[in-house]
Formats: sequence, structure tokens, C-alpha cells
Amino acid sequence: MKSFSYERVATAAEAASALGRTKGAKIIAGGTNLLDLMKLGIEAPDHLVDVNGLGLDKIEETAEGGLRIGTLVRNTDMAADARIRADYPLLTRAVLAGASGQLRNKATTGGNLLQRTRCPYFYDTAMPCNKRKPGSGCAALSGASRQLAVIGGSEACIATYPGDMAVAMRALDAAVETVRADGTTRSIPLDQFYHLPGTSPDVENDLAADELITHVTLPAPVGGEQTYTKIRDRASYAFALVSVAVIRHSDGSGRVAFGGMAPKPWRAEEADAAMAKGAEAVTEIAFAGANPTEDNAFKLPLAQRALAKILHGKGE
Amino acid sequence: MKFDHPATDGPADRQNVLGKPHKRIEGPLKVTGRAPYAYERHDVAPNQLVGYPLGAGIAKGRIVAMDLEAAKAAPGVVDILSTLDMETLPVAATNVAPLFGGDEVRHYHQAIALVIAETFEQARAAAQMIRVEYAETVGRFDMATADTEDADIPNIGDFDTAFAEAEVTSDHTYTTPAQSHAMMEPHASIAQWQGEKLVVWTSNQMINWAKKALVTTLSLDPENVRVDSPYIGGGFGSKLFLRSDAVMAALAAKKVGQAVKVSLPRPFIFNNTTHRSATVQRIRIGMAKDGRIKAISHENLSGTLPGGAGEDATNQTRYFYAGDHRKFLNRIATMDLPESNAMRAPGEASGLMALEIAMDEAAEAAGIDPVRFRIINDTQVDPENPERRFSQRHFIECLERGAAEFGWAPTAPAMRREGRWLVGQGVAGGYRGSPVMPSGARVRLQPDGRLIVETDMTDIGTGSYTVLGQTAAEMLGLSLDKIEVLLGDSAFPVSAGSGGQWGATSSTGGVYAACMALREQISKQIGADADTVDFRDGLVTAGNRTMTLSEIAAGKEIIAEDKMEFGEFRKEAYEVATFASHFVEVAVDAYTGEVRLRRMLAVCDAGRILNPITARSQVIGAMTMGVGAALMEHMELDATRGFFANHDLAGYEVPVHADIPDQEVIFLDTADAASSPLKAKGVGELGLCGVAAAIANAVYNATGVRVRDYPVTLDKVIDRLPMPDAG
Ligand SMILES: Cc1cc2nc3c(=O)[nH]c(=O)nc-3n(C[C@H](O)[C@H](O)[C@H](O)COP(=O)(O)OP(=O)(O)OC[C@H]3O[C@@H](n4cnc5c(N)ncnc54)[C@H](O)[C@@H]3O)c2cc1C
Ligand code: SF4
Repeated sequence: MKSFSYERVATAAEAASALGRTKGAKIIAGGTNLLDLMKLGIEAPDHLVDVNGLGLDKIEETAEGGLRIGTLVRNTDMAADARIRADYPLLTRAVLAGASGQLRNKATTGGNLLQRTRCPYFYDTAMPCNKRKPGSGCAALSGASRQLAVIGGSEACIATYPGDMAVAMRALDAAVETVRADGTTRSIPLDQFYHLPGTSPDVENDLAADELITHVTLPAPVGGEQTYTKIRDRASYAFALVSVAVIRHSDGSGRVAFGGMAPKPWRAEEADAAMAKGAEAVTEIAFAGANPTEDNAFKLPLAQRALAKILHGKGE
Repeated sequence: MKFDHPATDGPADRQNVLGKPHKRIEGPLKVTGRAPYAYERHDVAPNQLVGYPLGAGIAKGRIVAMDLEAAKAAPGVVDILSTLDMETLPVAATNVAPLFGGDEVRHYHQAIALVIAETFEQARAAAQMIRVEYAETVGRFDMATADTEDADIPNIGDFDTAFAEAEVTSDHTYTTPAQSHAMMEPHASIAQWQGEKLVVWTSNQMINWAKKALVTTLSLDPENVRVDSPYIGGGFGSKLFLRSDAVMAALAAKKVGQAVKVSLPRPFIFNNTTHRSATVQRIRIGMAKDGRIKAISHENLSGTLPGGAGEDATNQTRYFYAGDHRKFLNRIATMDLPESNAMRAPGEASGLMALEIAMDEAAEAAGIDPVRFRIINDTQVDPENPERRFSQRHFIECLERGAAEFGWAPTAPAMRREGRWLVGQGVAGGYRGSPVMPSGARVRLQPDGRLIVETDMTDIGTGSYTVLGQTAAEMLGLSLDKIEVLLGDSAFPVSAGSGGQWGATSSTGGVYAACMALREQISKQIGADADTVDFRDGLVTAGNRTMTLSEIAAGKEIIAEDKMEFGEFRKEAYEVATFASHFVEVAVDAYTGEVRLRRMLAVCDAGRILNPITARSQVIGAMTMGVGAALMEHMELDATRGFFANHDLAGYEVPVHADIPDQEVIFLDTADAASSPLKAKGVGELGLCGVAAAIANAVYNATGVRVRDYPVTLDKVIDRLPMPDAG
């Protein structure tokens, strides 16, 4: 990997100003994604800001009755938190469906949200990839695309957002809290947080260069039956072909978000409204305008079937 | 010593140590991290530098220019080996693609440079700075349109007429994908020169082939080359041949005058080394109403770089089932993909993936239970030459025993449902030849009564250390803890090596021969006739005299060396092969098509079992590999750019623990005197043969959906699976 400078910071403000000060700086949290990418020469930051000393590792209750999760809360701790297990079981299930025990011990909330795609060409520096190297082209469009997006992609990139946790958070209407070098803070609803690729697939989210995630907030619990189903080619330790996060109330209403389908956790509020009508109605709306490749067209019926399984009460 | 007639009873038949469930003798070294694997041999040579390779970024063409400036100037870099420094190196008989040199690119990730630096990180960083300019040319990446050549296989009778006249027929085409060996330990080598002498500490299954290939590739004198590979973290055929790690390490060490070590990075292995070719197989079976096969044909297509052999999936079909009219075609497409070559059970693994689905389909067409169908079509003779018998063949017993133990009771397809699970059973037969290779060994009786065994045989995780130790212990009447086994060094006598499931059968023969020679020498030394001397419990008894082995060797160690050679009778009079039945039960999620295995059983007819623990480990590992082949393993071909895109272990999925259910293995323990002095045969590849088809057949039985295109992933099932109703 390329040589880089490194600093440890003690406060979020310091971290943000370090980001603002140094061109090509990146934050390192658990490092489980960033380090892999640096070793392969896919990410090449000039400077690393280590945020592990920030202390943002608590889960607090908010005045609105929700939870505020520090960015450094490890995935394992989040999944095990009694309040999350009781009131947001969807989140626990999604987190535990991802990676492995060892990785979850290290991985952080903010880092998990920002994990990068698993498109095979993104990982091969000899291949054209607009996300890795803007303007170089997209090898996946004429190559192996079984894992890639069926909706939300563009002529420039059809990569998926690969994670699980964010899919549950999207269904739970989570928001990302940030701070910038000048001290300004904001809260970004998860839907707006992730960007679709359009013509610049290298820009994946709303964060400015000097902006740091400090927390993720969850609104007050919404109740309902909460199920996360993840479908993959082997029983464990693989990214989702399709995943489905569902919150369902006894009157048949609810919400649904999909993973593995798009460049971001995929949810359409109009599709939620069709939930009482069943899986076909929901997926027809959610995936209207889908543009799959020959290799990944199966994801559309699979998403529908996975949702039907949950709606039929068979979703584990 | 020559094995030129079937074995008679001898010291190896006592089965005091052989045949017993001894744990691996090197196990404690491995689980405590003290078994030195190639890349970790820090002590063998001082001042080791690290080499990090760069692979070609195109599949076919020429390198026009390579800019090494930035990399050379990078911190810690000592030197850079470039493919442009030399002509293409000579290609050894065991290789297909050249391993280094020249400006021509023949496949993706062909090794084109090696950065030599003080540390791994420095070498890797600098390798990323090399800029290469290519002139790309059009490659042949599509097997269906590539030029082909047909290999010659004898046809028997008149297939076309017999098939046309058959009362019941089955005719389908099956495809298997390219597969990667995906062994745990990457290819790795450390090389050091002392003048003209080269030592390579490496990870290789076939020490003598590796040595010979180094001699050819680097134009060396065989006297000057030593290869050492005592521990190997898996190979599955990927380490049968010399690879670029060893060649680059040797070239680099020469260039910098210092030891250099090289490990192939995981994303490099898939396209730089070898893989199992994809296949397209058409199988036709014509039967009488009663299910007896009259006509059988197997046509196969696979791909290779020019000069390779591809994957002959027809081989087992020539021997496995009866039928008077037989037609075969093995078609080889010339392509520009990375080198296809042997992977565990080459030929049979792919061939049985297809044949054993075809047998299931034929049984169904004839309306006969698939176990029964296979029994009806058993043959005790080589169908191509009925004069030749199978030395032993207990395939029917494998099937009957398996069906009884497993509780074989399949319903009609798609008829068994448990909640949202569709449940089914599947069966398949397994067949694999049991070849042998000449194998030498040396044994050294120590003054303290211990015995040292030396042979260049390898242990690739298979248990060679243990079964060779057991053989020597049995032959000399010692307990296993008195034996020290040293393997993998080309300074030792040349052995069979580990490949083609010939390893244990052949190399125990070599140790047997050396021990017979030692028994001779000891007998001579004590003035007795070897045939009358008894070796037991560390004691040697000749007539009324009894001595300990340490007394006999007290003055000086006694050394004996011999080589087992296997006579032609084994091939001429017999077909020596191994057989299995595989039974599996699967549950398929009616919504999503996800397949979950519930249980697996293998019944193996594999000669005398030398050690039930190591043999079982071979078979359960192979069954696991079969699960991979059935359900997930496939190298994703990018046919536009000519390479395998999912080139790491995140993209190339192999089974994890959660995929593997209860596995049971039964050995019939059928000592086969025609096979080897120990009456043993191979088991390591047999365990894989047929597994995937048993799973595919079970998925069919569960769902009614027949998938003929491996792997059986859910997308190939759900499009034909009715959506369950609510409730
Ligand atoms: C083998 C393997 C299997 C995996 N399987 C799964 C899976 O099945 N499902 C799944 O969801 N995930 C999976 N993952 C991904 C894993 O969840 C992520 O690697 C992990 O969550 C990243 O967290 P981290 O703290 O280690 O992030 P890091 O690697 O430290 O950082 C990731 C990115 O986030 C940025 N970042 C981190 N914190 C902040 C912050 N506070 N503000 C701004 N930017 C920040 C970093 O700069 C970097 O760009 C897998 C990973 C591996 C290695
Ligand atoms: S899909 Fe996106 S990530 Fe993949 S190659 Fe194309 S641009 Fe790169």
C-alpha cells in the first residue's frame, strides 16, 4: 500500500478539522474494510485519522424516545444491546446476518454504513471501473454481474451497496449525525445519505470531505413484527444476493427495505403502502423501472419470493 | 522390488499398527503452529528478501513497455525482475503455460514482474507503481466457438443403431463450470543459491516433478537442484506442478545474490495458476424395458491453452456400467484462458457430476428405483474388454449397504413437504481408478532402536506421515512412536508423490520395499534366513535366539533403501479401481430455492483401509468439496476480457461449516491383493466422485426441478418452483 501519515485524535471536532486540514485524508475506525482496500491499492489515502479514541461508543436514549448510537459502537455490541434487541430487533438480526463474529467485534457503526461495494471489478485494479477510477469505464456492464444492481444503477456503474445493517436502518428511518471542521452539525435521513451513482459513482454519500459521522439515531420504536431475511449462495459468511427487512403491524401495514438490489438500501414508501396486498404488489412498485442484466435478473423474482416468505410468516 | 503378482500374506497383514485409528503423528506440530510451511521457513536461509509479483492485466497480446522507474525508487526496493529481461523460459513437460519471460502475454495474470524488497509491504506497494503498456490482441474465450480437436477413444459395437432401437432412452446435456482448487495455503517458495546450487523451499505435491521442471525451466544441472516441501497446506492438484512462485524466487535470488521468498497473492492464484476446465457433456443412454443398458454414449467438451489436455470427463463412463454398444467423444477446445489442468479426481469429478444425473434420469425414464437401476447395470469386467476383470468391485454392496444404513426411501419428485421445506433424497455412484507410481524409500535403524523413514513423498494434509509410519512400524514389529518419518526433500529417494489418489497406495509400497530390504540386512547380520526371522514388539527372533533391534544396531545405524515398482500384470489382467455410493437428503426452501443439506452418507470400496481416521478425513473433506461443486463453486468467466472475475475467496465461495450437515462414512475394507503389497487403494479422490450429482438428484427429488447446469444455485430452481400459497 502507498505510504501514508497517521494521527490519533481525541474528539470529533479534532477529527473533523484533521480531515479538513489534510488533503486525501480518511478516517480509520475498525479498519476491516479500509485496510483491505488499501492493501490492494484500491484506496490510497495520504493520511489516516484514527477515531478509535473518540469515545463515541455509547448507545443513549433520545428525548424523542429513540436511540442515539455512537459511531464507534462495535457491531457486536450494537446487536447485543438489550434496548435494540427489545425495540429494534430488525437491527440486531441484520447485523448478525453480516460478516463473522471476529469482524463484527471490530467493525463500527459508521464504518459499516460506509463499507464499499463488492463488485469484482472494483477489486481488480487492472480493470476499468468508474467508481475506483472515475472516467475509466465500467467493466461490469459487459462482464460478470450476477451480484450487481437491478435498479438504481446507471450507464456508469451498476454496483450494489453490499451491507446488511444499513438495510435495517433504512426500514427503521434512521438518520446519520455528522460534524464538520467548522463545527457545524447536521442530521441526514439515511435515504438522502446515500447517493445513486448517476455519472459519478465515486461519490457514494452526502458527506463532505471534512465531515465525520458521529452518531446514528433511531426514532422511537415502531413496534410490529420485525424480520430480516438474507439470501445467499452459501449458508453463512457471504454477502446477500437479496436481503429483505420487514416491519409488519397486525393491521397488515408496514415497511420494507431491500438489500443487494441497488447502489443503496432500497425502499419506496409507495411500495410500503401496498404491503397489505402482498409481496407481488410491493415488489412491482418498489422495482418499477428495474433494469437487470441477464446474470442478475433472478434477483427480481427472488426479492418477491423472499418478501412473500416473510409476509406468510415463514421468515425465521 | 517389483510388485509383479498379487500380494500374498506377509508381515504387513498382521494389522497390529496398520489399519488402526492412529491420530496424525504430525498433528501436534500443526495445531501448535510449529509445522513450518514454506513461507514461514525463516531459519533455512539468512537475510531473506521478499518478492511480490505483478500479473498481466490483459489476457492476450504483447507487452510494449514497462515503466519500472517509480517502483525502483520506492522505499525498500532492492531490485525488480521483469519478464522483458529474458526470453520466454523453456516449458517443462508437466507445464502447459510458460511460467515467466518474454513479452508475449498468453493469459490473464501471467506473471510479468517481481518486485524484490526488504519487506512484504514495500514490495507490494512498489508492485502497484509499475506501469505497463500492452498491445492487446483478440483471444479465444468462448468454448462454444473455439476450434476443437478430438481425442481418440475406442468405440464399441454400434451405438447409433442400438440407441435408435432402444425401448427406453435418455438424452441430455450437462454443464460444469470452471473450478478453482482454493486450497488454504497459497503457492509459496523461498529460493537460495550457493554458487551453482539452488535450493527451493516450497509447497509442492510432487517433489521430483518440481525438481525436473526447475531443471528444464532454468536450464540447470539436476545435481545442483534441491527441493524441500515437508508441510503443505492443501493442494488438490494445484501444486502438482512447478509454478511461477518458485521460478520467480529462483530468478530473483540469482539476480540479487540473496535468498528471496515469494508467495502468490490470493487474487493472483485464480488466473495465474491452474484450474479445472469447464465442461459441456452430452450423455445418451438406451435401455431395454427392464432397465438394462444397451447403449451408452458420453461426449465431452472442455477447454485448454494450446498444448494442454483439458478435462476428459468421459473416462469413468468407459468402465462404470455395462452395455454392449458404447460411443465416446472427447473434444478439446483451444482457448486463451488461464491454464486448465488437474484438480482432485481430474476427469471423474466432472464426469460423474454429469453421468450420475444422467443415470438418475435414465432410471426415471425406465421407471426403476435409481439404486436398483445401478445394481442392474453393474459389471464385473471391463466393458471394452471383457477378458479383463475388475480386481475387486463391490459397488453393489456399496449401494445396498448405503441404502439400508441411510434409510433410502425417496418419494416421487416434489411430494415430501415439511412446512416451507421441500425434502428429497438423492443417490449417486462414485468411481475412480486406483493408479500406482513407482515409489522409493530409505529406512535407517538407529542404535537406540528407533527407525527413521526417508522418502520424497509429500503429506498435503492427507496423512502420509502417519500411514508411512504405520507401515514401517508394522514391518519391523515396532510401535508407531518409535518411527520418525521425514518427507518432501529431493535429497530423499524419489517417491510417487501426492496426486491421482496414488499417493498412499504407492508410497506405502515403497516403504514396504525398503523395510523388506532392512529385514534382509538384519537377518544377514545375525546370520539367519530372512524368511524365518520374526520381527515383533521391538524384538527379533531367529530360531531360539531373541534380540532387541537396538542391540542389533548398537554399533552403527543400519540403512536400507529400495523402490517399489508395479508390474504390468496389474494393468493387463485387471482394472484396479475404487467405488462408492453417496446418499444425501436435502431440504429446499419452497420460497427462495435455498438448498440445505440434512445428511450425507458415503460407502466406500477402497481396498484395505490403512488408517480409518485419516481415510475418513479424506472422504469427509472430499464430500465437503462435493457440496461446493454441487451448490456454489464456479469461476465466473468474463468472456469479454478473458479471465475469471471472482478471483478471491470472497467471490469464489466454498462451503462453510453452516453448509455441512452430519457426514457419515462407511468403509467396506476390502483388501485387494492385486492392488499393492498392502492390498490398499486410493481414497482421497474417490470421496469426491459422485457427491455433487447425489445432491443435484436430491434437489430434483425434493422440488421436481431438474438442474443440469452446475452449480445448482437457487436462481436455477426458483424460476420453475411454484410460489407457495399463504398459510
Ligand atoms: C470477510 C468479510 C465479510 C464481510 N461480510 C459482510 C456481510 O455479510 N454483511 C455486511 O454488511 N458487511 C460485511 N462485511 C463488511 C463489514 O461489515 C465492514 O467491513 C465493517 O462494518 C466496516 O467497519 P469498520 O469500522 O471496520 O470500517 P473501516 O474499515 O474502518 O472504515 C470503512 C470506511 O468508513 C469510513 N469511516 C469509518 N468511520 C467513519 C466515521 N465515523 N465518519 C466518516 N467516515 C468513517 C472510513 O474512512 C472508510 O472509508 C464483511 C467484511 C469482511 C472483511
Ligand atoms: S459496476 Fe461500478 S464498481 Fe463495478 S466496475 Fe462498474 S463502475 Fe466499477
